Amino acid sequence: MCLAVPGRILEVEERDGTKVARVQFGGITRPVQLDFVPEAQVGDYVVTHVGFAISRLDAEEADRTLRLLEAMGLLESEGPDAP
Amino acid sequence: MRYIDEYRDERIARALVADLARRVTRPWVLMEICGGQTHTLMRYGIDELIPPQITMVHGPGCPVCVTALETIDKAIQIASQPEVIFVSYGDMLRVPGSRSDLLRVKAAGGNVRVVYSPLEALKMARAQPERQVVFFGIGFETTAPANAMAVWQAKREGLRNYSMLVSHVLVPPAIRLLLSAPHNRVQGFIAPGHVCTVMGYREYEALSREFRVPIVVGGFEPTDLLEAILMLVTQLEDGRAEVENQYARSVSHEGNLPAQAIMREVFEVCDRKWRGVGLIPQSGLRLRPEFAAYDAERIFKLEDASAEEPAECLSAQVLQGLLKPVDCPAFGRRCTPESPLGAPMVSAEGACAAYYHYRRHRVAS
Repeated sequence: MCLAVPGRILEVEERDGTKVARVQFGGITRPVQLDFVPEAQVGDYVVTHVGFAISRLDAEEADRTLRLLEAMGLLESEGPDAP
Repeated sequence: MRYIDEYRDERIARALVADLARRVTRPWVLMEICGGQTHTLMRYGIDELIPPQITMVHGPGCPVCVTALETIDKAIQIASQPEVIFVSYGDMLRVPGSRSDLLRVKAAGGNVRVVYSPLEALKMARAQPERQVVFFGIGFETTAPANAMAVWQAKREGLRNYSMLVSHVLVPPAIRLLLSAPHNRVQGFIAPGHVCTVMGYREYEALSREFRVPIVVGGFEPTDLLEAILMLVTQLEDGRAEVENQYARSVSHEGNLPAQAIMREVFEVCDRKWRGVGLIPQSGLRLRPEFAAYDAERIFKLEDASAEEPAECLSAQVLQGLLKPVDCPAFGRRCTPESPLGAPMVSAEGACAAYYHYRRHRVAS
């Protein structure tokens, strides 16, 4: 139920007084309401649940976590089991 | 795809598991609340990858599973009426009520439809003003803003044929109940990342302080969960009990304020009965009196009737983390996804279904 997936905003338009985005999720695109994330813009990644964006992904936070994880991963791959 | 693939990187997962193995010195019991996270754990075999000292038990975070039997019976009653189009998220259709389920109502000619968003139900109401469109409003805090928005929109447009059967539930009161139970064995929680995307994590700080329990807000990909487990074990081994946010790319301390605002405008907090758990005070949301005209329970004047679960179904203990699905004698024998005894075997987020689907056919012997 709380499944929510990240997708990239391709386009934003006003419809009936609300902002609606066309969002790409992997190979498909879907309309997504931006009522709760009105600041989201084309190129942003939003987490979407039942047709509504609930957050705009923070690229800096994502990169920070990944860099941290990558660093650990790289340390590990220097071991004898590295491919 | 960005923000997904990198969090499924096997190399990173192995590094996290290795770090976990270095840190853990004794047994710990951790619980992930959210059923989506339970499925990630099972699907990627994370529960078997982590050091054996760490036991993951699975929480009640599956709205389909905890929707009261009586509410399912009400849904069936409403959906059976000829003028009604009953609209639901897909998982609810096969959940057993006390005598039937929504799928059987549909098979018998009832107009039961599955949607992905409550806005689709709103569209049906606009297109067919002669029919009563009733939306089954279930879910946790993640789903409540969208469902609230649909009702708010219906009121703004003056739609008279849209209503909602509301059975919303809230996560923090359920954690409080689990922690207050005398038999509780959970020592650390992974808080649900999408609930916290909406609500932030202030409420969890209060719980963590009161019960001196570490809580880590976690994401949904395999490396998210491994990192959250690592953060919990690190806290436990260090003797700390704090709230930390692993899923910071989506979750902020205050959460999504516009989403919270629409929730507060449309819903108010109420006591709620959870299937398999019982009544939890202040653990639900219902429509505010200003939105009473959109309350399906009022429109259809449904009686409150109590109903009994089949005695064979042990989902009550499973939902509270006291039993693993495979410990239930009916698991995989009398109870399968094709012929479920209880809701956790039905839902895409139910713990029993997760064990059944991901190579856990091993039945209790």
